Amino acid sequence: MLTLALILIPLLAVTAILFSGSANARKIALVAAVLNIAASIGAIISECSGFSLNVLSNPNINLSLDLHYNGGISVVMLILSVIVTLAAVLSGSCPVGNEKLWYSSALLISAGAIGAFISTDLFFFFAFHELALIPTFLMIGILGRGDRKEIAWKITVYLAFGSIILLAGILMIANQLESFDMTKLKALEHHQNEIALLLIIGFGTLVSLFPFHSWAAPAYASAPAPVSMLHAGVLKKFGLYGLLVVGYKVVPDGLAHWLSLLLVLLLCNIIWVGLVTINQKRLDLMLGNSSVMHMGYIFLAVAALIDNGSSFATEAAVLLMFAHGISIAMSFSLADRIQSKTGSLELNQLGGLAKNAPNLAFLFGLVGMASIGLPGLANFAGEIMVFFSGFEGWDPADGLGALQITTIFAIWGVVISAVYMLRAFKNIFQGETVSRTDKVKPLSRKEKTPAILLGLILLIVGIYPNTILQFFN
Amino acid sequence: MEFILWLLFILPLASSALIHFALKQKFASLASKIGTISTFATLVIAILWLSDVFTTPESWTWISVGAFEATIGLVGDQLAKGMMIVVCGIGFLVHVFSLAYMDEDESKARYFGNLSLFMFSMTGIVLAENFIMMFIFWELVGLSSYLLIGHWYQKDTAADAAKKAFLSNRIGDFGFLIGILMTWILAGSVIFSEMDGNAFIGHGAYIAGAAVLLVFCGAIGKSAQLPLHVWLPDAMEGPTPVSALIHAATMVAAGVYMMARFFGSIGLEALAQVPAVEFIAYVGAITSLVAALMATQQNDIKKILAYSTLSQLGYMVMAVGLLEPNAGMFHLYTHAWFKALLFLGSGAVIYACHHEQNIWKMGGLLKKMPITGFTFIIGTLALTAVPFTSGFYSKEGILHAAHANDKPYFFWIAVIVAALTTFYMLRLIFIAFLGEAKDDHSKHAKEVELRMFGPLVLLAIMAFASPFVSSFIPANGFTPDTAFHANFVTAVSIGAFVIGFILAFLLYKGKKEDPINIPLFQNKFYFDEFYAGIVKWFQDLLAAVIHFLDEFVINGLLVGGLTRLAQGTGNLFRKYGQSGNLQHYALISGVGILLAIYFTVFSK
Repeated sequence: MLTLALILIPLLAVTAILFSGSANARKIALVAAVLNIAASIGAIISECSGFSLNVLSNPNINLSLDLHYNGGISVVMLILSVIVTLAAVLSGSCPVGNEKLWYSSALLISAGAIGAFISTDLFFFFAFHELALIPTFLMIGILGRGDRKEIAWKITVYLAFGSIILLAGILMIANQLESFDMTKLKALEHHQNEIALLLIIGFGTLVSLFPFHSWAAPAYASAPAPVSMLHAGVLKKFGLYGLLVVGYKVVPDGLAHWLSLLLVLLLCNIIWVGLVTINQKRLDLMLGNSSVMHMGYIFLAVAALIDNGSSFATEAAVLLMFAHGISIAMSFSLADRIQSKTGSLELNQLGGLAKNAPNLAFLFGLVGMASIGLPGLANFAGEIMVFFSGFEGWDPADGLGALQITTIFAIWGVVISAVYMLRAFKNIFQGETVSRTDKVKPLSRKEKTPAILLGLILLIVGIYPNTILQFFN
Repeated sequence: MEFILWLLFILPLASSALIHFALKQKFASLASKIGTISTFATLVIAILWLSDVFTTPESWTWISVGAFEATIGLVGDQLAKGMMIVVCGIGFLVHVFSLAYMDEDESKARYFGNLSLFMFSMTGIVLAENFIMMFIFWELVGLSSYLLIGHWYQKDTAADAAKKAFLSNRIGDFGFLIGILMTWILAGSVIFSEMDGNAFIGHGAYIAGAAVLLVFCGAIGKSAQLPLHVWLPDAMEGPTPVSALIHAATMVAAGVYMMARFFGSIGLEALAQVPAVEFIAYVGAITSLVAALMATQQNDIKKILAYSTLSQLGYMVMAVGLLEPNAGMFHLYTHAWFKALLFLGSGAVIYACHHEQNIWKMGGLLKKMPITGFTFIIGTLALTAVPFTSGFYSKEGILHAAHANDKPYFFWIAVIVAALTTFYMLRLIFIAFLGEAKDDHSKHAKEVELRMFGPLVLLAIMAFASPFVSSFIPANGFTPDTAFHANFVTAVSIGAFVIGFILAFLLYKGKKEDPINIPLFQNKFYFDEFYAGIVKWFQDLLAAVIHFLDEFVINGLLVGGLTRLAQGTGNLFRKYGQSGNLQHYALISGVGILLAIYFTVFSK
């Protein structure tokens, strides 16, 4: 039952928010987020059994949830989800009168993501993710910044496109296995190549794999802080999670067939989108693009797994998914504070912010350094494992293979990230103060709490990655 | 006693954390003392370690998954122990000097906190038992350097210099990391003591050469060799004690140290079969020459010393490339003391002259500041390799290594650089320390206080004594040759000094302005302009073009097409449903679920 509680807690809280006044929305959401952390700890420690409820008998569809079936992968994704949920509830400033929508959306996205990560039924695995998308679209459409209608429309169309392709793939899998049960997944006998392509495009679109990436940056820039945090930090990982726990199990040969394509696309994520990121003039768009770029590294780990069955690529991918989720959530939380304090995220309108808001500069510097892979912070641990996985199966007698060459180019991304991140840090925080920044106050306790929470996790996992990697043993 | 050696890490890290998070600027003077004391404690440990009273502790597993294993563990050979003496010894003196130099700074606590962070990171590079650990601390040293160069971050020049240093190092680290990955496979391990030299060259000299040169990229960045040297002169924007510690004595030498450790692990016999290694010697030789030429036409006292550091690092790298890493390490060791002396001396001068750094506005400082002046001259003598100074013995080693090579240009470049070194250093002495004061600041300059001249005196002693304290020397299986030999190499070396001296004497004695004017050297061979051009016309332009393509081609065609398709459907819904846009978003995802249900249920 503890497994079921992981989804029920946020869903019940959403119901409570809808039926109680706006004034209590934040409190209820906070309580739910904290309770869910407690429930997760309980579920992980107690190694509780799964939950199953027959929903439909022909075809046989069950609401089956099992945190431990996929081993460490689901556990780590759950931890990521509940932590980012708490930070998201604490972040941003809700426009008065919209509390119900604001906080129930955050919890719904969280419930959907958690549901997707612990489902062991393909139908619910898919449906939970779809559920989480609805509040994402609504929040951008109603409370987004800038061209919110157009952006909401774009992300809807895009993700719906990805979902439908993915759905086709899932149905083809279920058709061959004659079951939606994820515990019965095994390598398919027919149509591996076709299904693999559907999964790469379907899952890929949801993770903003090049060239299906251009929804991401504007959507994150427009979305209210909690939504960008939850989507970029947690929900987007669904696609990678799916490739690891579904794709690699059912169509390993199909994925290997498309490996060269995948290598080219992921390299485009890193280099192409990396260059796009360098050219951004606004912090939120820069962060959004950088998040797209960093997906390339995780795809690289997936590619290493496909290519040589690397003995640590799965762990590398999941560790980096976790690290990226925490760091991008922290970035968006802080970017939102910069926006509300200075009224701008245009890089050329800011400067010298470190003088008046040193704690904001420190926290942003910390997450900036994390995202460009500074050792001691979580992202580095993931990235170094990813790069090593690219060389694991290398036989020097054969010269450099496609995977090694891709890895080498991918490492250039480390330079690209440093270019845009240090440039942004310099423009916002260093130099003389400007009119927008000369009267800014440091972050208050309430404002800095979510960032400190996430920053501490980046540090702990960076120094001692076994906090996350232990779940794989 | 295993625990004691971990204190080398724990003390500076704890000091940094305490200063940054607890003491802050409110308790700045306490913070500065804590930083200094913790560095002193590490120095004591490092000295005691020389007599092997501590056993090396067991490694700690950082990550171990499948074939990936990364540990944090310490090496305890003479290379590491000696390097710890250099780092902690100079680190301590720089801390003491900073107590006075940074006393009035409004961010004194941040300064000392970052200095402790640097001590922690540098210790990690020195003691790393494997390449992954070294890379970790390598990057952390980059961070502390970034923070300290950008200490006065409100000055755009300082912030830009910090950024430039970090990025130049990142470019080097790009190659370094690939080199580490290749070494992992070729040598069978990233752990230095487990690398197999024969296996490393077993797949042919080309691939081994590629791995060596890629690892060397790390040293190019960190030790500021051509073509990534541009960050080091700019790094002089940082406080002068930082320049002495990080950008002269220790961090910039880390590249040489890393190569010495790497070469020691692979084995010099194996590397002798890899012709590409000689490329390293070329890089070092060219760097030493080009940097020395640039130094002859600089007017900022710190910039002269910065180019001199580049040039001397070039010497060390050349020695490594000639497969004489011990000669390189010996020069690294002597250079660390006398170059720290010169930098701190320049710091004292800058302090006394109210932050004037232009040598043409100084003059006659030897009389006004006799201790600073005399110690600075001692440092100069060591740098110019006057016989019986430390620099003489170590430079002899490098000249002999170059002379032993069958290609003559290494030796002659080294000799020309020696003459140039004497020339630009004596130019500095004649203009700034002798002659007459040229402006009010230098006219009224006073000798600095004990906390500043104390370190200068100690370093001046080391500028003579260092070769004779052989247990301090960071090199495995090496005894310095401290006898005076009358041979060809020594004669040429002394001849180079004499020529440099005479030229400087004739051109600069008693001069008020520079009689020579070589724009190419003043403008540092236009490297900065060239790179600015690359960034502007290549990186930024390419980024803009890619951004345009991304926005209008990929986004426009792909998303645009999809959107129009969907909007068409949406319009249908709108026509009949009279609903607003928002419901559509929900609808579309709802349709996804409905489709899923439909196909699942009815496709059977």
